[in-house]
Amino acid sequence: MSDIILEMNHITKEFSGVKALDDVTFKVKRGEIHALCGENGAGKSTLMNVLSGVYPYGEYSGDIVYNGEIGKFHRIKDSEEKGIVIIHQELALSPFLSVAENVFIGNEQTLLKGVINWTETRNRAREVLAKVGLEQEDVNAVVSTLGVGKQQLIEIAKAMAKKVELLILDEPTAALNDEESKKLLDIMLELKRHGITCIIISHKLNELSYVSDAITVIRDGKTIETLIKGQDEFTEDRIIKGMVGREMTNRYPERKDCPIGDTVIEVNHWNVFHPDDANRQMIKDVAFNVHAGEVVGLAGLMGAGRTELAMSIFGKEYGQKISGEIKLHGKPIHIKNVKDAIDNKISYTSEDRKTYGLVLIDDIKHNMTMSALRRFFSKKGVVNRSEEIVKAEEYKKLINVKATSINQTVGSLSGGNQQKVVLAKWMLTQPDVLILDEPTRGIDVGAKYEIYCAINNLAREGKAVIVISSEMPELIGTCDRIYVINSGEIAGELTKEEVSQEKIMSCIMAHNRKGEE
Amino acid sequence: MKTKKGVNVDLKQYGMFLALIAIFLIFFVLSGGSNATPVNINNLVMQNGYVVILATGMLLCVLTGNIDLGVGSVVALCGASAAILVVDMGSPIWLAFVVALLIGAVSGVFAGFFIAYLGIPPFVVTLATMLMGRGLTYTILKAQTKGPLPDDYIRVGAGFLPTIKIAVGNGTVDLVAIIIAMIATVLLIVIEMKDVKTKKKYGFRISPLWQLVIKDIIILFIVWFFFIKLSQYNGIPIVLVIMFILVGIYHFITSRTVAGRQVYALGGNAKAARLSGINTKKVFFWVYANMGVLAAVAGIVISARNASATPKAGDGIELDAIGSCYIGGAAAAGGVGTIIGAVIGAFIMGILNNGMSLIGWTTDVQKVVKGVVLLGAVTFDILSKQKKG
Repeated sequence: MSDIILEMNHITKEFSGVKALDDVTFKVKRGEIHALCGENGAGKSTLMNVLSGVYPYGEYSGDIVYNGEIGKFHRIKDSEEKGIVIIHQELALSPFLSVAENVFIGNEQTLLKGVINWTETRNRAREVLAKVGLEQEDVNAVVSTLGVGKQQLIEIAKAMAKKVELLILDEPTAALNDEESKKLLDIMLELKRHGITCIIISHKLNELSYVSDAITVIRDGKTIETLIKGQDEFTEDRIIKGMVGREMTNRYPERKDCPIGDTVIEVNHWNVFHPDDANRQMIKDVAFNVHAGEVVGLAGLMGAGRTELAMSIFGKEYGQKISGEIKLHGKPIHIKNVKDAIDNKISYTSEDRKTYGLVLIDDIKHNMTMSALRRFFSKKGVVNRSEEIVKAEEYKKLINVKATSINQTVGSLSGGNQQKVVLAKWMLTQPDVLILDEPTRGIDVGAKYEIYCAINNLAREGKAVIVISSEMPELIGTCDRIYVINSGEIAGELTKEEVSQEKIMSCIMAHNRKGEE
Repeated sequence: MKTKKGVNVDLKQYGMFLALIAIFLIFFVLSGGSNATPVNINNLVMQNGYVVILATGMLLCVLTGNIDLGVGSVVALCGASAAILVVDMGSPIWLAFVVALLIGAVSGVFAGFFIAYLGIPPFVVTLATMLMGRGLTYTILKAQTKGPLPDDYIRVGAGFLPTIKIAVGNGTVDLVAIIIAMIATVLLIVIEMKDVKTKKKYGFRISPLWQLVIKDIIILFIVWFFFIKLSQYNGIPIVLVIMFILVGIYHFITSRTVAGRQVYALGGNAKAARLSGINTKKVFFWVYANMGVLAAVAGIVISARNASATPKAGDGIELDAIGSCYIGGAAAAGGVGTIIGAVIGAFIMGILNNGMSLIGWTTDVQKVVKGVVLLGAVTFDILSKQKKG
């Protein structure tokens, strides 16, 4: 009989009559890494908010037993005092403060009341940073100069500075590449050895099966099952079955009746330099092409230059001293800005839909028509609002945006539905070339499937589709051809028949070795 | 497709409108009816016309998530320039107006250039234009009032459309005002019918007839009340005509044109707007350039109404314009707000000022009340949104 650190019994939480959590029971053993998974909107975050006191005691029914006693948390501070710390998906670091200052933010090391002890702050910061594998880090460095991976680790260090017993990580690896993710997961295993219990929420199922001892699956606000390592089957397919309630025989829909036609876009000798540093070449002599009806993937590690390549093509939105040639249907074109790109029927959906894709305070219809407004929904600068409503309704149905109406604000939609709105926005510009940058980042399995179907339909209509993704299985599952990009160069080109994760990685490794020589 | 959300938004608009009527009624009682006399209704229009003009331009700045602090100074500078041209140099009035508008445009372009193309924060740039404009005004006026201005000039701010007066009861009624009210009635009904027709054509749901009728009856009641009062005094003030045209144009731009949508998109998320093919620099530039021109229009109206140009003209008026936008439901963070809202906001402030003066409160107290109303309106707006979310 092992020691139970946390028991959440029969938790029910309603939002104006809608049950977000319905009789959820969740048990975590001391010292284990327990994963919580489920589709977006299944209730994972709500459950964690109940636990950490964001929704105060009394606003839900059921009880929380923590370390053998009933926890009545009215605020986040109450749960933190008991050693429960939650790290949210959106990092809570102050970008212009130093690493040490961030580690002790809200928990300052003081001499007298309110006077900061800088020596102590720096020394103790070094101690806790060492625990998360950042012993080499300069504690005086400004946080905004560090990468997302390191920032995530600093968040953990910040939690460690507070005598944490139960650490909750909400999508900690969503913004990290494979290497950084691996590092973070290993640090979690290290923390486990130090007796810290972790709850991890993630969509990356391969990571969960790597790191966790138990997985609890939540669906529609209900606990479905808890899988224990060593006792139950612990594969991705098994987890997905629990999440969606059915066996997903094929995560990537097959693309039938989709003949590949002539070359639509061809890029040659493409060179781009860093926007702040004119001597640093980010993209080096890149050449690629995409045919009508073809889905082409850009694979590579984070920082390889995939997004930079896409954005420099899309109206020179990235970089300086851009040179090279773009041919569309065989004819060379010149693109000076985003408007030119749109007019030439090229579109690009950003990897960061909230910052670069959507106006969150505006409604679905306005977001959908934002890029196409001038060309397709206006005459002499006057908007045809009726046409706009008709098209928005049509696309809402076409790609199955789940919302009460097209007048709902985009900010209130789930990630998957937001992504669909972004996709609709660019489909409405009637493009020939679609560049989709991380089209399924942070969205659930069901919505991913729908996005893949939409990609297939676009290809079937004869569009040239470029998919950028950090998830290799996704590229392998959806693309006809994959370019491997490394350090701003094309490291290799793989066809659907020959591609595998190992091939992609060995391509990158070989290119790295060539660079070193 | 009218949905729950759509109805809510409409209610918010009506809510402000109802608040306006309520405030008017409160002061009607407090002042023993003297705020509804023909002469006072006329004063309300004349006193608030220029705030409304500025608020329409300011709304665009607010929509981008910024403000323009310089308008008060530009108002003074343009009024002073026109007055000097007419009084000292004997230039024709139309030329003086053109020059004043050009000066407004130049100052707007100046601010717009720094904001849009050099990326200087609007707060800083317009604080600078505020100081520079005021200083220039004092310099060219040699710190003195320039006047009196000729009658043709004054007409713009204090004059009326030609009238056809007929005797009714103890006073007279201006037929022109009545005819305009009739035209407005017909227009309203025609527009409403056209709207229903379009909705039918596209198969959208149409709001129940009784709702439309009630809405239109309320609007028509106010229109007729307003115009009858004006007709009993001196007819239609020219300021009202200027105001009406500008509000109409800007309402159309913001709600129906691509340019207007681009301002909303920029205010809602500038990065997303840029990646959607919107030239955000250009939008910023035109928003501030436009503000300069409207400040010039207001400057002409104010100098005309005062029959002279003073170096202190328009002092602090930028804050009235900004306040009108916020009271009218615009969000300080940008991306939310309407021209009609800003106009209603301006009239709420105007009716408050006017009502408090009528019942003898000092301007000192008036400022306190205005502050409370601004804070209250915005607090109510934000809290009611939080509840919904």
